[in-house]
Amino acid sequence: MTELLIIVAIVVAVIAIAQVVKIFELANKIKGVKESDITDKDNDTQGKLLLTFGILFMASFFVMTAKWNHLLLPISASEHGVEIDLLMNISMGVIIIVFLITQPILFFLSYKYRGRKDRTATFISHNDKAEIIWTIVPAVVLTVLIVYGLQTWSKIMDRSDLDDAVVVELYGKQFDWTARYAGADNNLGAANVRFIGGLNTVGVISESAYAKQMAGLDNNIAKAHVQMSEELNANKRVKIEARLAKMESKKSTLTALVSITPKDLLEAAEDDVVVKELHLPVNKTVHLKFRSQDVIHSAYLPHFRVQMNCVPGMNTDFVFKPTITTEEMRVETGNEAFEYVLLCNKICGAAHYNMQLKVIVESEEDYNKWMAEQSVFAASNN
Amino acid sequence: MSEHGHHEENFFSKYVFSTDHKMIAKQFLITGMTMGVIAMIMSVLFRIQLSNPGEPNPLFELFLGDWAKGGVMDPNMYLALVTIHGTLMVFFVLTAGLSGTFSNLLIPLQIGAVDMASGFLNAMSYWFFFISSVIMLISLGVETGPASAGWTIYPPLSALPQAIPGSGLGMTLWLISMTLFIVSSLLGGLNYVVTILNLRTKGLSMTRLPLTMWAFFVTAILGILSFPVLVSAVLLLVFDRSFGTSFYLSDIMIQGEVLSNVGGSPVLYEHLFWFLGHPEVYIVILPALGITSEIISTNSRKPIFGYRAMVGSILGIAFLSFIVWAHHMFISGMSPFLGSVFTFTTLLIAIPSAVKAFNYITTLWKGNLQFTPAMLFSIGLVSTFITGGLTGIVLGDSALDINVHDTYFVVGHFHIVMGLSAIFGMLAGVYHWFPKMYGRMMNKKLGYAHFWITIVGAYGTFFPMHYLGLAGLPRRYYSNSAFPMFDNLQDINEIVTVCALIGAAAQFLFLFNFFYSIFRGEEAVQNPWKSNTLEWTTPVARIHGNWPGEIPSVYRWPYDYSKPGADADFIPQNVPLKDGEEEH
Repeated sequence: MTELLIIVAIVVAVIAIAQVVKIFELANKIKGVKESDITDKDNDTQGKLLLTFGILFMASFFVMTAKWNHLLLPISASEHGVEIDLLMNISMGVIIIVFLITQPILFFLSYKYRGRKDRTATFISHNDKAEIIWTIVPAVVLTVLIVYGLQTWSKIMDRSDLDDAVVVELYGKQFDWTARYAGADNNLGAANVRFIGGLNTVGVISESAYAKQMAGLDNNIAKAHVQMSEELNANKRVKIEARLAKMESKKSTLTALVSITPKDLLEAAEDDVVVKELHLPVNKTVHLKFRSQDVIHSAYLPHFRVQMNCVPGMNTDFVFKPTITTEEMRVETGNEAFEYVLLCNKICGAAHYNMQLKVIVESEEDYNKWMAEQSVFAASNN
Repeated sequence: MSEHGHHEENFFSKYVFSTDHKMIAKQFLITGMTMGVIAMIMSVLFRIQLSNPGEPNPLFELFLGDWAKGGVMDPNMYLALVTIHGTLMVFFVLTAGLSGTFSNLLIPLQIGAVDMASGFLNAMSYWFFFISSVIMLISLGVETGPASAGWTIYPPLSALPQAIPGSGLGMTLWLISMTLFIVSSLLGGLNYVVTILNLRTKGLSMTRLPLTMWAFFVTAILGILSFPVLVSAVLLLVFDRSFGTSFYLSDIMIQGEVLSNVGGSPVLYEHLFWFLGHPEVYIVILPALGITSEIISTNSRKPIFGYRAMVGSILGIAFLSFIVWAHHMFISGMSPFLGSVFTFTTLLIAIPSAVKAFNYITTLWKGNLQFTPAMLFSIGLVSTFITGGLTGIVLGDSALDINVHDTYFVVGHFHIVMGLSAIFGMLAGVYHWFPKMYGRMMNKKLGYAHFWITIVGAYGTFFPMHYLGLAGLPRRYYSNSAFPMFDNLQDINEIVTVCALIGAAAQFLFLFNFFYSIFRGEEAVQNPWKSNTLEWTTPVARIHGNWPGEIPSVYRWPYDYSKPGADADFIPQNVPLKDGEEEH
């Protein structure tokens, strides 16, 4: 019924417009003018409308900025983020100035030179001097922005001083995040998607994980052999055989992976800490490393001005130093419930919009206390 | 030779399998408009979802059926809608619909040729586009849904049906459709380049070409050089999807199963895709800029300011567009050094773009502006081109991109600079050349109403998105309700949706005007806008072969408006120079 009403409404609207158009056309015919001719009156009206639009457009820009400024991200909670914000403010300043000069000129000139039958335009084909000026001025401004931007970029991407950095790996998969800390030795063990199994959700490669997986596989293989000996149905036997082959192949894959992983990395893995919350000590450099299990994700920490894609089959990283604790940020923003957050910012599937991880920045003391409560991989995997 | 092969035709050879460039242009336009309306309705649907997240809406059930059971949109369908909206708008509307329409219509008319170099290739180009459109539309109806990995279809998401249902049959159809689309685009592009180079009439040197021709010429070259790279990206993706190769896939576990692929890299795909993808945005915008140059000059009754600089900036933008693609990938994990290089080249593009903007504004200065609907849309384009171009300075800077990448700041930026500018250029072109296409005029008053509602709706939709982006809101989120930090952005989202609805409604005014005027519009005169270019020397009747007699020769550039000492305020290109008259 609603659909029918909508259709009727549309039809009526179309007929109404058609009739209005027809009335205009008839009126023009009587007056002896062509509808399509642009009269001085048209030019006058449209010119004034353009000027009005220009003024309202500029005004609405100021209104929006004043009204929504408090909704934007709060001050940067990281060291490099402060520099990004400064560069951002300067760039924004430049573009807003250009915006506020060019748009009013555009709409004002449109109004000022609105056509009249008794006027002619001035024939001006070019002016080398003017054109050189407005090539050089943007070039100079952009050179400054480029140089400044590149300096900031290379500072952010600098990896030369990572000795004291807290190393954390973020592992993305549809549709959640897992964090893995490097543990007491601050050395992150190796990992591979083929090592995922049971409690080893991020595929850490270690002796203990290997032993556990192999034991599990051996156990299942033994069970399968028992099944096989009791099974008479040929079809089912084929299936069991396939399962056996798969398990044997997995065993050799695991063995190969362990054998190519350096011994020190195998050991480094045992004290890794795998958790579902990202705790960071304030004022300490953090070396975030990223991996993905399935599709591309993007680890976005807007409050820290940090973002990096997580790409399957590839390792990416980002270095930054948090400078404001969660508690301090709650005071800063006047929001009791404020929490830092990590979100996924690369389309990754149905629940992409809800792929998040809680991030907590705290004093080094609290961080150490929290860390001491977590169990290391060798323990948690068993 | 006075007969240029004008002959009697039946319905099919005239309207369907025509090889006449003017008919093919109309075919491109109508198909492009159809796809545009579909893509626009999709955007209305997902805008409603974003302003009323999770709320049931009977419209959803009406349009999406089982994908919105009880009127609640499925998240997978949301992603499918944004994917297909992007694909249709970028390729089907703003590439084929814009370039295909106006290159076909104007190239032979403005250079003084009876038709394209190869009418047959031209018809083929349309029919490949048509089949491609049909396949894309069919993909909307498959059971697992259409492609839903974003219009950039990054693997592994686009390669694995286990990752998202849209990567099943829907993605296969998407890939087939796009391959056919590229064939169409290449056939068309080659034809345009050859025609402009070889078939110019006597006296029409390259330096006397209208800026529309320069824009279409360079656009066609961009397409020829970049689309083949997308073919290779698509083919490798097809191999990965169907034949077990590992170009883009490595170390993946999905739905509890480890895939055997090793050694591939999604970043390779990103490079291949954006090697087309970035020139593509100029393939979209340059024709619009060319159209506007012509319309602004004609309706200012003044030469375009700095013709040589305008040509130079088109060439400069085109060259640079090939060496900036990785600015879409600053945080993809590629080397930070590459990030520096691409920041540098990207920001350079602002220089020729600034020259264009300043030259447009100066063309208005001391003009005698005739506000046709086409002129209004052209002025609108200059405004959006400046607004959107400026925020590009932020996004092109690798250090700043870190925090706004893939947020609504980007959505606002590219919709204004490329979406709105290109659509405004296309609409301006339709209003301006409608008399050449149909021999009738579009209704002026409806045109005015269309423009004013559109520009208010469009800016109201996309300008506030910058604030959403600066608040950290990611794009392609089905709902913003999963994060408390976005709760207070609800008001802005509602404003955006209302403006989008207003803007979308205004387009029906245009559609009505368009179809009404084809049949009932006021009859056109030969040169309604008192323009200089050659297309206005052809008869209103739009005959096969374009000119009934000799093809006119050209004696001057196309911008002799209000030239001192002339009788009228325009001198068509086919009027010889007077004794002692200097060429501009």
